[in-house]
Amino acid sequence: MTYIRPKFRHPGLPKNELGYTLAQYEGALSTLCAGCGHDSISAGIIQAAFDLNIQPHKLAKLSGIGCSSKTPTYFLSNSHGFNSVHGRMPSVATGANLANRDLTYFGVSGDGDTASIGMGQFVHVIRRNLNMTYIVMNNGCYGLTKGQDSATADAGSKNKSGHVNLFESIDLASLAIELGASFVAQSFSGDKEQLVPLIREAMKHPGFAFINVISPCVTFNNNVGSTKSYDYVREHIEGTGTKDFVPMMKEITTKYAEGTVQGVKMHDGSDLQLHKLANEWNPEDRISAINAVKTASAKHEILTGLLFIDRNTKDLHHLIQTAETPLNQLGENVLCPGNEVLKDINAGLR
Amino acid sequence: MKPTNIKDPEYFHKVVDCQYACPAHTPVPEYIRLIAREKYTEAYMVNWESNVFPGILGRTCDRPCEPACRRGRVEEEPVAICRLKRVAADNKGDVKQHMPKGPFTPNGKKIALVGAGPAALTVARDLAPLGYEIHLYDEQKAGGGFMRSQIPSFRLPESVLDEEVNYILDLGINKHFNHYVSSLKELLAKDYDAVFVGSGAPQGRDLPDMAGRQEGAANIHIGINWLANVAFEHINKIGKKVIVLGGGNTAMDCCRTARRLGGEHVKVIVRSPFAEMKASPWEKEDAIHEDIPIIDNHVPKSFVIENGKLKGMTFEKVHAVYDDKGKRKLVPTGDADVFFEADDVLVAIGQENSFPWIERDLGIDFDKWNMPIVDPATFVSTNKRVFFGGDAAFGPKNVITAVAHGHQAAISIHMNCMGEDMAQRPAPFTNLLSQKMGIHEWSYDSEVVTDLRYAVPHADKTLTLTNRKKEVELGFDVPTGFKEAERCLNCDVQTVFTESKCIECDACMDICPTSCITFTVNEDETDLRAHLKVQATNLTQDLYVSDTLPTKRVMVKDEDVCLHCGLCAERCPTSAWDMQQFLYKVTKAEHACQHH
Ligand SMILES: Cc1cc2nc3c(=O)[nH]c(=O)nc-3n(C[C@H](O)[C@H](O)[C@H](O)COP(=O)(O)OP(=O)(O)OC[C@H]3O[C@@H](n4cnc5c(N)ncnc54)[C@H](O)[C@@H]3O)c2cc1C
Ligand SMILES: Cc1ncc(C[n+]2csc(CCOP(=O)(O)OP(=O)(O)O)c2C)c(N)n1
Ligand code: SF4
Ligand code: SF4
Ligand code: SF4
Ligand SMILES: [Mg+2]
Repeated sequence: MTYIRPKFRHPGLPKNELGYTLAQYEGALSTLCAGCGHDSISAGIIQAAFDLNIQPHKLAKLSGIGCSSKTPTYFLSNSHGFNSVHGRMPSVATGANLANRDLTYFGVSGDGDTASIGMGQFVHVIRRNLNMTYIVMNNGCYGLTKGQDSATADAGSKNKSGHVNLFESIDLASLAIELGASFVAQSFSGDKEQLVPLIREAMKHPGFAFINVISPCVTFNNNVGSTKSYDYVREHIEGTGTKDFVPMMKEITTKYAEGTVQGVKMHDGSDLQLHKLANEWNPEDRISAINAVKTASAKHEILTGLLFIDRNTKDLHHLIQTAETPLNQLGENVLCPGNEVLKDINAGLR
Repeated sequence: MKPTNIKDPEYFHKVVDCQYACPAHTPVPEYIRLIAREKYTEAYMVNWESNVFPGILGRTCDRPCEPACRRGRVEEEPVAICRLKRVAADNKGDVKQHMPKGPFTPNGKKIALVGAGPAALTVARDLAPLGYEIHLYDEQKAGGGFMRSQIPSFRLPESVLDEEVNYILDLGINKHFNHYVSSLKELLAKDYDAVFVGSGAPQGRDLPDMAGRQEGAANIHIGINWLANVAFEHINKIGKKVIVLGGGNTAMDCCRTARRLGGEHVKVIVRSPFAEMKASPWEKEDAIHEDIPIIDNHVPKSFVIENGKLKGMTFEKVHAVYDDKGKRKLVPTGDADVFFEADDVLVAIGQENSFPWIERDLGIDFDKWNMPIVDPATFVSTNKRVFFGGDAAFGPKNVITAVAHGHQAAISIHMNCMGEDMAQRPAPFTNLLSQKMGIHEWSYDSEVVTDLRYAVPHADKTLTLTNRKKEVELGFDVPTGFKEAERCLNCDVQTVFTESKCIECDACMDICPTSCITFTVNEDETDLRAHLKVQATNLTQDLYVSDTLPTKRVMVKDEDVCLHCGLCAERCPTSAWDMQQFLYKVTKAEHACQHH
């Protein structure tokens, strides 16, 4: 019996600006099934946090319940973590974020955790534009409870036991765009070249950033007839450009045909090159983005990449004008200004 | 890059760094695992088959395997491979029952071996069981060659040497000891089907023209001659003040022996900087531990004689200067020469070959350095009946190299005697076997421990310095031997990839602790090396490249720092990765011929 990760790392591992290697962003050894897409997304999150020179103690990871929601154990061991109740990650994230706006909030959820039991929380956290990254590791099933169809399973999709799903699926990406999310992207666990830059941008985005990542469940939903299997997804993202979203620094942009690349200035001054997935589509225009997603899904294509971005978004703190300083840095006299202040307030309301 | 051909036995062989570096290609991880399982007899036999002298080599080997050991690339020090070999030898049971037992049916062929060093003894061991009548000649009174005459007993006890030499002599070898072969022509005139020359490099370098050399002769000794005289008990004392000239292992053996024969102030004085001395680091350490200063950057200038007797030596101080190509020059510092007192001087500045007993009209060609022209694969000279091996073939090396030569020469002699073409070298024996037992279970111990290298305990200095024969190293005890064995990474348990099973889920790439695996677009080797998860800068280590996968990418594994932990295979949902134990054995004479 082994299953123990050796302590040794590659002596040539690159260091980031903080002097850390990827090792400082790792988590415990995963207990998910071998080959689970979720593990690949975890590796992408580790890479993105490393790339962004994030101080691990300045990040909080939050999740609900499910195989997907277990993953925060498997990345960023040196960060804060809260594994909450099924479908309740957004409310815990909201509370934490309001108390301390200085941390980077990283939420992980599943399609069950988000599209079924957590749907109410999901739509409201979008509405409030909480400054966080929200990843759904979407496998079209309830992996943890042995693979029942979830609300994102496509109608007609067959699960491992041969059962065909009768119900229309909920498309989380278009829902997020419709509800006013300021950053919406879609990707595939098996395509880190696309996924990692998307996670990076989502973490830098100063508002609610949603990424729906198709993440095959090798154990319960990787069979023929499933629309969330490795094979199906690979076939159906072909042609829509898997490298549609890349940071300026990489010279890959030159690979795209002229006229199909659009530069987007980000809030932090960095430049993004966006490969336009569909003609007549503007990722800064909500209606156009929804059109692009719907058009693709009508053709049974899965559109991946950055679908929509609102660069001038204002997050919840701005909207409700909270104090700039995290609550834990404010003195008791500020947080609890005392009876006199209360009396003044009450007087003002009379 | 083209997909890697893992069917080529040399591909996986190279991954087993220690075995690949071992001149005799001893299956190191195989015997280390046996030690961990307390199967010492079996571990000994794995060694005996490959390197013939496990007990001797477990104490004295030059250990080219250790600098090659993968562990040295992921932490501070390699596995103590050599000293583990000794654990097998120290704790073995009855090994003789596993060795070939005579009398062997004669095959009608007769061969002569000149010199009874490790090279010739290896030839004898490989050929005797095949029915050859073997005649072994040595001018010394017993077998072992330099292992007996040069390697001091405090490093190699006589009992260990005798035991392992006797395993071979007991195979029915005709011994001609105390017999100096003074003419190869005469030997060839006898009815030998082949003659193997394993006469070593028996000539110690001198400083014949240095001032005072003649006058001081009584107290100036050639290192290797002096060591032989000590070994054969012709010499048992030395003056109180001793200078040893030279920076190689012979100098280290000379100075440490001198300390045991009455030398109280023994110094090693060497021309080169300390760091560049030829001696192995551990030999230098042992000498320093015995209170022997090593004075570097001093070039000997003259022997100082007073009243017809040696008084000491003068030296010129130098420092090393390197040109653009890194070539070293020793340049005088300009300081005044230095004088060191000495009652005796041991000259240990190198050894040379010398073949005064080989006539030059026997069809054996010699080069301009007076070395025989020897084929490096077959070890045959330009006379098809005469073979060379060990130090006699290409100059002074070490025991394990002599053994490796012996095996190959034995193959050639056998093939030649059986009328086969000795240029067609036999392929190695290989075997590849899956280690999978269950989901997280392998039949090898895949856990990677973090223990640092264990030090071998030494006997107390007060005991060893007063008794020349008292062995200094005590060897690992069984519990420490086990812990050291656990440090081995099992590099022979290969990561074998089957592209047709891979679903490209990235699990192996994500889990690999040392970032060995990358899925990427194929490029030429230089570009691939630059574009892996971590750049593959160690060019001595291969890239394992798969065929093109469905997404048009390839799997590339940099073998450099793979820990053979098996996690890639454990995380693979389809068993596209498997851990398979690769056994590679150099074919010996016994199985070399196709028809005999
Ligand atoms: C001081 C010293 C220490 C060493 N320590 C080590 C060590 O720790 N580890 C290591 O691996 N190597 C060591 N070596 C090197 C090692 O001993 C040799 O490389 C090795 O023994 C060579 O083996 P061989 O079979 O070629 O011949 P040798 O061992 O040199 O044996 C040759 C034999 O041939 C005999 N001989 C020569 N000419 C004739 C003739 N004409 N007729 C009859 N007999 C003849 C010689 O007497 C000798 O016994 C050491 C060498 C020296 C000098
Ligand atoms: C309140 C509550 N209801 C139901 C469950 C049972 N349950 C555990 S995980 C899960 C679904 C998880 O699905 P998903 O979020 O898609 O995660 P996955 O395992 O597929 O990654 C359910 C229904 C629960 N733990 N808590
Ligand atoms: S059940 Fe499915 S989702 Fe859960 S760990 Fe296994 S493969 Fe992943
Ligand atoms: S770790 Fe073991 S198998 Fe690997 S090179 Fe070192 S001794 Fe050999
Ligand atoms: S055995 Fe596999 S996981 Fe372990 S170090 Fe080697 S390539 Fe990486
Ligand atoms: Mg799910």
